Amino acid sequence: MTDQRLSLSLAAAIAASLSLAPVAGHAQETFKIGLVNFLSGPAADAFGVPSMNGGVLMVEALNAGQVPAPYDGQTGIGGLPIEFVQIDESGGAQVQIQRYRDLVEREEVDAVLGYDGSGDCLAIAPVADELQTVTIFSGCGTTRLFEEASYDYVFRAGAHTTMDNVALAHYIKRTMPETKTVAGLNQNYSWGQDSWRDFTAALTLLMPEVEIGPELFPEPGAGQYGSQISVLMRAKPDVVHSSLWGGDLEAFLLQAGPRQLFARSHVVFNMAEHVLPRMGEKAPVGLITGGRGAVGELRPRTELADWFYEAYAEAYGIPAVQGPFRFVQTILALKTAAEIAMAENGGTKPTDEEIAAALAGLVFETPSGTVEMALADGHQAIQGAAIGIAAWNDELGRLELTEVEHFAARCVNPPAGVTSLEWIEGGMVGAECE
Amino acid sequence: MTLRPSPAPAGRALGLAAAVASAILALLLLAGWAAPSWAIYTATIALAKGLVVLGLVMLLRMGLISFGHGMFYCFGAYVSGLLASGAGLTDALALTLAATLGTAALGLLLGLLLAGYRGVFFAMFNLALSMILYGALLKSVSLGGSDGVSVPAPSYFGLVPPDGMRSLAAYGFVATIACAAGFLLWLVSRSQLGLVLLGVKGNEIRLDYLGISARRLILVAYVLSAALAGMGGSLVAIVSGHVIPEMAYWTTSGEFVFITVLSGPGSISGAFAGAGVFEAVRLATGQYLPNAWQLLLGGFLLLVILFLPDGISSLARRRTGTADASAPPAGRVQGEG
Repeated sequence: MTDQRLSLSLAAAIAASLSLAPVAGHAQETFKIGLVNFLSGPAADAFGVPSMNGGVLMVEALNAGQVPAPYDGQTGIGGLPIEFVQIDESGGAQVQIQRYRDLVEREEVDAVLGYDGSGDCLAIAPVADELQTVTIFSGCGTTRLFEEASYDYVFRAGAHTTMDNVALAHYIKRTMPETKTVAGLNQNYSWGQDSWRDFTAALTLLMPEVEIGPELFPEPGAGQYGSQISVLMRAKPDVVHSSLWGGDLEAFLLQAGPRQLFARSHVVFNMAEHVLPRMGEKAPVGLITGGRGAVGELRPRTELADWFYEAYAEAYGIPAVQGPFRFVQTILALKTAAEIAMAENGGTKPTDEEIAAALAGLVFETPSGTVEMALADGHQAIQGAAIGIAAWNDELGRLELTEVEHFAARCVNPPAGVTSLEWIEGGMVGAECE
Repeated sequence: MTLRPSPAPAGRALGLAAAVASAILALLLLAGWAAPSWAIYTATIALAKGLVVLGLVMLLRMGLISFGHGMFYCFGAYVSGLLASGAGLTDALALTLAATLGTAALGLLLGLLLAGYRGVFFAMFNLALSMILYGALLKSVSLGGSDGVSVPAPSYFGLVPPDGMRSLAAYGFVATIACAAGFLLWLVSRSQLGLVLLGVKGNEIRLDYLGISARRLILVAYVLSAALAGMGGSLVAIVSGHVIPEMAYWTTSGEFVFITVLSGPGSISGAFAGAGVFEAVRLATGQYLPNAWQLLLGGFLLLVILFLPDGISSLARRRTGTADASAPPAGRVQGEG
């Protein structure tokens, strides 16, 4: 190994990292945001790419002043045109921290919006506080984010996962009160484990007589569910609960549909809404699903929701699902908060402190209904949930979600000051369901 | 013949090397002080990952390649992460030492099993073991599962740097550790041990005739490389503040092999330079071409393999036009008998 020439190759490395020169300043004042979501990898097709498409559509519509009430007042953010940088979320938490720092320190964005991976959000949150940059998460449902720590500049503009499963439990009680046995098919990692834990805790509270049947935990990315389907066919539970998503979910639906699992049991999903437009006629009739919030076909029929749904379908040729609905909540939260801050500071571009102050406890309108930053000192949103049954629609030539049941935000989300699991196991005290 | 671990290098050479290492450290610290803040984090990560690559380079000089060193990288990161988040130990040096020793112990355990294998078997057994660790971490609720473990901000010898200084302090710490480890490894490479390591690749039968056990040599090198990977993982955990099971996933291990190929087997500084170039290229392609960065990164590696088969470190050698007689690049060592 060498010694005298150490510095040469070292200098090459430093030169290489320095060659990422900062971009030149812009003449006109803008509001610059970083949009982050999966553009490659397994979550890209299911959530990332549709999310990014929805985000870009919303930013461009805001800049052009095309978004209906209550966002028809000012273009962009408080009149400042929105400029955006897109970042791929794939590569793991360490890579994301690196890209986040680069976004903030070199690109000098005013805020960072997005992130769907729970590990990524947990890793980014402390960095956001360190760099004092407003950061609004879209997905990453983990309740750990604000239940294990608190942050000044970090917000989540959509509900966390607890709602998905509490709403399913309420749905079963409301529409299938005769249910006696429930089985689970969830992936063996944090998301699947948390989903099943919350669901069973909520269901045994609401329907104590229900028996929990086979609890199946296939590997993430398994792709083959033949043996699990056999177990479920033999056990014949009244209800099967599953938190599968993306490619694994599509594989399961393709394998379970022809074997008539959906004719034998009610199969309820917390996230399956996002594969229905992609799968067309291949998805099984009778599938029951939510999508974390009133999203896509489950949306409230407001002018804002219908405009977004139709504009997205027109732009991208496929209906908008939960990803884009969730993602635009971050943009609308930022716009609303920044404009409140500007109204208070006399119309100048607000600082991160001013935006963070306005974001805490904010109530704002989105295509999925009213969202309220109600938990974790105003940093965590709650919103209403909706669940529907997939039925064939001849006109559309695909499945659509019908007989939609809505659940109020305060019915399916915990109140402030208590962790989700404590709330569910403690009897869901304070739930406002009527 | 028994091997003396050191000190084969003469006193003057030793002094010179120590001076070079200190000079590089001073240069790095100065560069860190002058560099824009956005470059600091990437440089820190590159130095930490350079340690892992250093371990792989050492194995490569013996003709061994591990497709599972993410296992030690991840193990070191989790040792640090869990000690910091669970036991409340935040001193960066203590965490790094604990992780390095812990990973060395794991390396010893697995090394006893693996030292009998060569070639593709060695590579794939490492891969298999790393995927076992990945699977176990993914499913363990108590260790944070797939969402990982948050690592609290570190302290340095009892001092906690303020928010604005945190990156720079971490950079200084990692640069110091990297230079110290690089210097120690230089000593090892010049010792009798370091020189006979080359024999494992060159001709094992001759080693046997010299009375040296190739198996034991591999075990020693394997433990050292595991310790380096654990040290790198620990530093990444401390600097980034979060550890996830993906650190043991095969793509992470592949990334280290990628950087090792990029660096070439020739030099210690080359390992860090390779890591620096890799991180810089990935960051630049990721920020400017979010939809095509993997393609560009792959294309970049292809170009390096085509035009720089001995890696980035061969650039420096080409420039100075000399070959290091006492430590020829492993790719050139040929057995004759």
